Amino acid sequence: MTAKSDLPQGTLDLLILKVIALGPVHGYAIAQRLQQVSRDVVQVQQGSLYPALHRLENRGLLAADWKETETGREAKYYRLTRKGRAQLETEAASWQRLTEAVGLILRLSEGGAE
Amino acid sequence: MTWWHRLWRQRRMEEQLERELSFHLEQHTADLIAHGRDPAEARRQARLALGGPEQVKENCRDARGTRWLEDLWQDFRYALRTLRQRPGFAVVAMLTLALGSGATTVMFTVINGVLLKPLPYAEPDRLVTLQEQTSWSTQWGNLWAFTYPNYVDCKRESRSIATAAWRYTTGTVSEPGDAENVDGRQISSDLFSVLGVSLFRGRAFLPEEDRPGGAPVAIVGYEFWQRRFAGSPGAIGMRVVFDGKAYTIAGILPAGFRLGGDEADVFTPLGQETAPYMQNREAHPGIRVWARLKPGATLSAAQAELTLVGRRLAEQYPKSNAGRTFIAQPLRPDVGDVRSTLWLLLGAVSLVLLIACVNVASLLLARAVSRERELAMRVALGARRGRLVRQCLTESAVLALFGGVLGVLLAAIGVRPFVAFWPGSLPRAEEVRLDWHVLLFALGASLASGVLFGLTPALRAPARQLEQALRAGGRTVAGSSRRLHSGLVVSEVALAVVLLVAAGMLGRTMLHLSSLDPGVDTRNVLTARTALSPVTLAKTGQIRAAWQDVLDRMRRVPGVESVAMVDTVPMREGNNQIGYWTTPAAPPPDKQPLVLASSVTPEYLKVMGLRRLEGRFFDDQDRMGSQSVVVIDDVMARQAFGGQDPIGKHVWIDLGGDPTTVVGVVGHVRHWGLAGDDQAQVRAQLYYPFAQVPDQYLRRWSELMSIAVRTGIPPANLAEPLRRAMRGAGNDQVLYEVHTLEQLASDSLARQRFLLLLFGIFAGLALLLASIGIYGVLAYLTGQRVPEIGVRMALGASAGKVMWLVLRQSLGMILLGVGAGTAAALAAGRVLQRLVEGMQPTGPSTIAMMIAILMAAALFASFLPARRASRVDPVRALRQE
Repeated sequence: MTAKSDLPQGTLDLLILKVIALGPVHGYAIAQRLQQVSRDVVQVQQGSLYPALHRLENRGLLAADWKETETGREAKYYRLTRKGRAQLETEAASWQRLTEAVGLILRLSEGGAE
Repeated sequence: MTWWHRLWRQRRMEEQLERELSFHLEQHTADLIAHGRDPAEARRQARLALGGPEQVKENCRDARGTRWLEDLWQDFRYALRTLRQRPGFAVVAMLTLALGSGATTVMFTVINGVLLKPLPYAEPDRLVTLQEQTSWSTQWGNLWAFTYPNYVDCKRESRSIATAAWRYTTGTVSEPGDAENVDGRQISSDLFSVLGVSLFRGRAFLPEEDRPGGAPVAIVGYEFWQRRFAGSPGAIGMRVVFDGKAYTIAGILPAGFRLGGDEADVFTPLGQETAPYMQNREAHPGIRVWARLKPGATLSAAQAELTLVGRRLAEQYPKSNAGRTFIAQPLRPDVGDVRSTLWLLLGAVSLVLLIACVNVASLLLARAVSRERELAMRVALGARRGRLVRQCLTESAVLALFGGVLGVLLAAIGVRPFVAFWPGSLPRAEEVRLDWHVLLFALGASLASGVLFGLTPALRAPARQLEQALRAGGRTVAGSSRRLHSGLVVSEVALAVVLLVAAGMLGRTMLHLSSLDPGVDTRNVLTARTALSPVTLAKTGQIRAAWQDVLDRMRRVPGVESVAMVDTVPMREGNNQIGYWTTPAAPPPDKQPLVLASSVTPEYLKVMGLRRLEGRFFDDQDRMGSQSVVVIDDVMARQAFGGQDPIGKHVWIDLGGDPTTVVGVVGHVRHWGLAGDDQAQVRAQLYYPFAQVPDQYLRRWSELMSIAVRTGIPPANLAEPLRRAMRGAGNDQVLYEVHTLEQLASDSLARQRFLLLLFGIFAGLALLLASIGIYGVLAYLTGQRVPEIGVRMALGASAGKVMWLVLRQSLGMILLGVGAGTAAALAAGRVLQRLVEGMQPTGPSTIAMMIAILMAAALFASFLPARRASRVDPVRALRQE
């Protein structure tokens, strides 16, 4: 049985920002990429993706344009604004610090158990 | 994108959201098909993965952050739609509100202009007024106008204020053109710079013109310049003769410039006045001192300085200045007793607005109850309570705003007639106009009333017993709204009782006051102020002859029966209160009883129709050199001599010093007006012959004399002939402020009459609104009870019983309202009694009559629904069930 984790609070925004940082992308592609990259570990409810995108756009972290896809359809492409990029950097850094700290604590207690 | 931008493009954003989501679904479906699913299954899975599209859209909208505004906009349009569906309801509600808020806005517009607006000078909050303050008080308080020497010292010694002075004058302009009495002001040279007013043309007075012997220059008002010089720029440098003295015009004031009252015509330098009081530290010729705080200075710094100056002057001039200091206060418009009238009317008008609100609340409540099922449905579909309350409040706010806009329109039309209708002249009437303060007030008042009348129905919105409401299938849960409805009726009735009783009290007061005997025969009497020729006034020896000449000429005017001179005309502004004593030793001035003293000529008794009670009135034998005589009224006779016969007794008055002998007693005259006389502090009256006024006072007295003429024809027709008779040889003597005595008597009740009329209108409105409210509520409640009534009738209740059932319900509400209203009316009555002169106390008969009127109207309003109930067809009513 594959264990699928729910996302910790607030990490969805970070993941979205990171995916979009790679280049302008539409909502469906974001959902796809999140699933692929996390190797299906992270389960993103598609239904909560769009509200998150709109919230980030509303906060000025994302901008959006309507562009044609390869298949010739009109789609809404999101890209990072300067503010979004800065936000991504600070959030990524703090996430890094947090995971390192959590990892340290976990290793420490493993060591203690031996 | 700003929030309004987003709101503006809401429709496009909705479309884009739709497109974005459908793109997602199609893309996902296509991918799944590419992975080998069949198309139908692929579509299903894509949909499942995304979740309910409406749910997702809702969440996206929430994420936008302008949700509340979009909701508001949605509610607003929804409210408009529901109002359009029921145009009858909407029109009635809006008109009711428009009446209430229109009347309130008119009152506020007047209050704003008269009481709230700052004075029309530069930086009015930096202006202060200075007064002399004594350590003792008299009936006039302990604050006094300045003496000239004190003003000069204060001006010189205070560093933190720039000080200026002015005083009222009046006089005759005899050149150019016809002689005319005009209002003037004597001002210090720096007054205009202190006020921050620049002249329209020409220049202000120079400091060297503001002292005795300075060049005679004058500044004239804009209106005077238009009237006398036809607005010609050449007026500067021309001559104007004011009170016999020629002045050169140095400047013209801007249009509408006012200094303590109406626009004045002629301004002259105060320092040029040569009267003895200018040097006398004990004389108080009514000099007003205004000052501007210098940059950085505070009121308390100025006050500290003035206190020091006061202390120094008290040491230096103990005779005049002991116990006397100077105080500075922020300068405020002087509007007299208008303040209380205005607040009183605003209070009354607010009651009308409240009733209007209650009325609309009961209409809305009836609607909310019949919409209970709709609201329950919304709750079932997931609407939160707050959201529903907000929706209901939006509806009432929309209603209120439309009502408010209509109200402002009504006010815009109504405020001018209202001001014109004001008894006498409304001070600062020129400031009364709609401005953004008023609009803000109207907006606030209508929103507040919207919340007020919307809240009761709105708070019912959450549909507490959800299933019950849904199951009731449109029929409302009986009884749940009845208490609220009755509460509304009770408060409406109570408010109407307050206004009705107030109007009743005023009506009774008017009846009482109009029936009072003024003490004079008001028919066919004309009174006017006079001004003798300045040339004559300058020579004391000629004054008596000049007056005799005036009287003779007037007596010869056809239609004149008798003519007299008097300094203080009854029921007109102006009086002379002096101390008197009846034993040779004069008591100290503050212990002397006061009397209203009038100096008159012998025919005064006949002209005014005074009642002679004892002794004689004056005749031509009472003159300089003969025995000093006085005539007193019955009030003074009782006050000074108790039960003894006053004839032949001595009275000392503060005039010359010789004792005077009482030769007659006449009936009391209501000098303070029909309304004010009973409460007046000084009512005793004393007459003394003008012929016995000592020479040293003759000039001053002559400046104050009026004439009173008894006529055989309608007195108003004689105004022109008498004016001509007054002119005199120099063509420079005038009559002004010409009134009939009847006018003066009627004007003395103008305030009461005005209040009665307005309260009558308000009470009528309140009665009408309350009746409509009672009718609406009962019709609604009865409509709810139709099935119940059907059952009752099927079980044998008679039509009369059913009517009684309905009437009993309404009677209960009305009686509760009357009870609460009577208690409030008694309190309101006390307020009226304090604010309105001559007000009669709240009599039980007034209350009983007003309650009877209200009950009759209320029962009539309940009768219609009751009769309808009694005609319910039981079969149809039961089928409805």
